[in-house]
Amino acid sequence: MNRNLKDKMVESLTGISVLLIIFIIVSILAVTIAGGWPNLNWTFLSEFPKDGMTKGGIFPAIVGTAVMTLIMAVAAVPFGVITAIYLAEYASEKSVIAKSIRFAVKTLAVVPSIIFGLFGLGFFIGFIGKNIDGIFNGGELKWGQPNILWASLTMALLTLPVVIVSVEEAIRTIPADMREASLALGATKWQTIRKVVIPGSVSGILTGTILAISRGAGEVAPILFTGAAYFLSDLPHSLSDQFMSLGYHIYIMSTQSSNVDATLPIQFATTLVLLLLTFSLNGIAVTLRYRIRKRAK
Amino acid sequence: MDDIKVKINDLTLHYGTNPALKNINMEIPEKMVTAFIGPSGCGKSTFLRTLNRMNDLIDNVKIDGEVIIDGLNIYNKDIDVVNLRKKVGMIFQKSNPFAKSVYDNVAFGPRINGISQRNKLDEIVEYSLKQAAIWDEVKGRLHNSALSLSGGQQQRLCIARTLAVNPDIILMDEPASALDPISTSKIEELIHELKQQYTIIIVTHNMQQAARTSDFTAFFYLGELVEFNKTEVMFSNPAKRQTEDYISGRFG
Repeated sequence: MNRNLKDKMVESLTGISVLLIIFIIVSILAVTIAGGWPNLNWTFLSEFPKDGMTKGGIFPAIVGTAVMTLIMAVAAVPFGVITAIYLAEYASEKSVIAKSIRFAVKTLAVVPSIIFGLFGLGFFIGFIGKNIDGIFNGGELKWGQPNILWASLTMALLTLPVVIVSVEEAIRTIPADMREASLALGATKWQTIRKVVIPGSVSGILTGTILAISRGAGEVAPILFTGAAYFLSDLPHSLSDQFMSLGYHIYIMSTQSSNVDATLPIQFATTLVLLLLTFSLNGIAVTLRYRIRKRAK
Repeated sequence: MDDIKVKINDLTLHYGTNPALKNINMEIPEKMVTAFIGPSGCGKSTFLRTLNRMNDLIDNVKIDGEVIIDGLNIYNKDIDVVNLRKKVGMIFQKSNPFAKSVYDNVAFGPRINGISQRNKLDEIVEYSLKQAAIWDEVKGRLHNSALSLSGGQQQRLCIARTLAVNPDIILMDEPASALDPISTSKIEELIHELKQQYTIIIVTHNMQQAARTSDFTAFFYLGELVEFNKTEVMFSNPAKRQTEDYISGRFG
């Protein structure tokens, strides 16, 4: 009797937890859609903000977010894939280097994102940018200030662990006998990696990339000091320009605006755009994975 | 007498401190089928993998002695393992085609050797598939995934893939142990055909298979080569008591 009661309690507890989670997700979506949908239209997506952000659209923030995540992916994905290949294929499990890399990746994954922002400010802008200016520009300030390149690279550092972990997982699912088959045919280790291991982990590489992008698209803290701008009347034209971003736009409208009430509809609509963007990216990741797995069979 | 293709001198192999092969000496004749038999864990598969240095991939393996193929000790420092493995092909217990098309599986070896002309690849693929007696079954679906083939077809595809690299020696590690009787007999027929051109070394658990397919048989027990002779002698009149006991099924 007593044991049955316990069983029932555990069952109810797990059920309540699930309901709670569903409730939270549904409320977020409902509030965002209810507040954002009526304000979402083509003008909103294609125009610059007007009248101190209280009117107009979010076009430059969409472009900025897209370009920033693109540069981030170009930096993070190859670096992450190479690291994952090293960890899975070359490093022996017990080697000090592999252990330190693993420790570094794990640590990187739990570092608060604002710390990445500060690091980017100190390292990319204060150190690398300043030195580039000192050496190539005669001290004139160009790279030693926030811009889209430094923001993207900072974001790349943040998303690197996601890429490394998902690619390494994918590589490890390739059975050892595939590698043996390749080596037994006289392939070198590099040929085996290039022709068997990497093609076999494409789904993992894509998944890692898209997860990184959807994470990077929504983060604000890393770009806070490294490149995001409050308002720009023009799109970024070069890597040394600042940019507007969706997440940052929501943040400033809700905290820095002189007329928060007037920006409320825009905030909701921007949030909705950001959610749609990350959801569709995740959707693409899932579809790609499914297609590739199906093709493999 | 038969020409000797592989000569093994005082070969000893340790996993860590455990000896897995003890002081093996034998001469494997060219263009014959040599079967390795013995109970599980006797070292026959380990021994097979020393012949194309697949044991190099495992940490903690220490090998002493010589394996001489065509007059060269393959454990010499200046031996190129990649070239060795082109010359000594291997078929595994579990068929392991790549998740690529039938065509790309067979063309894999030629391609890594730098062959890229389409007509030349076509020729090699067709010839290898014919040699592996699977051409008629797959010629209409060369560009389908190799994983869509049946288990027996996959194993013959793996044989074609190995033949495409043009080896001298083919090592087979229980190539039919996961197959049904019909597929097994196809593989055995194939072995019989292939020995005209290739030196074949086959590890098997199946006594009848060894008796049917091989010209020579080596019996291993606890890491030692107990007896090695012509198959007909081994199965009719073995010199050692242990061999007789194993072959007649008294242990194993």
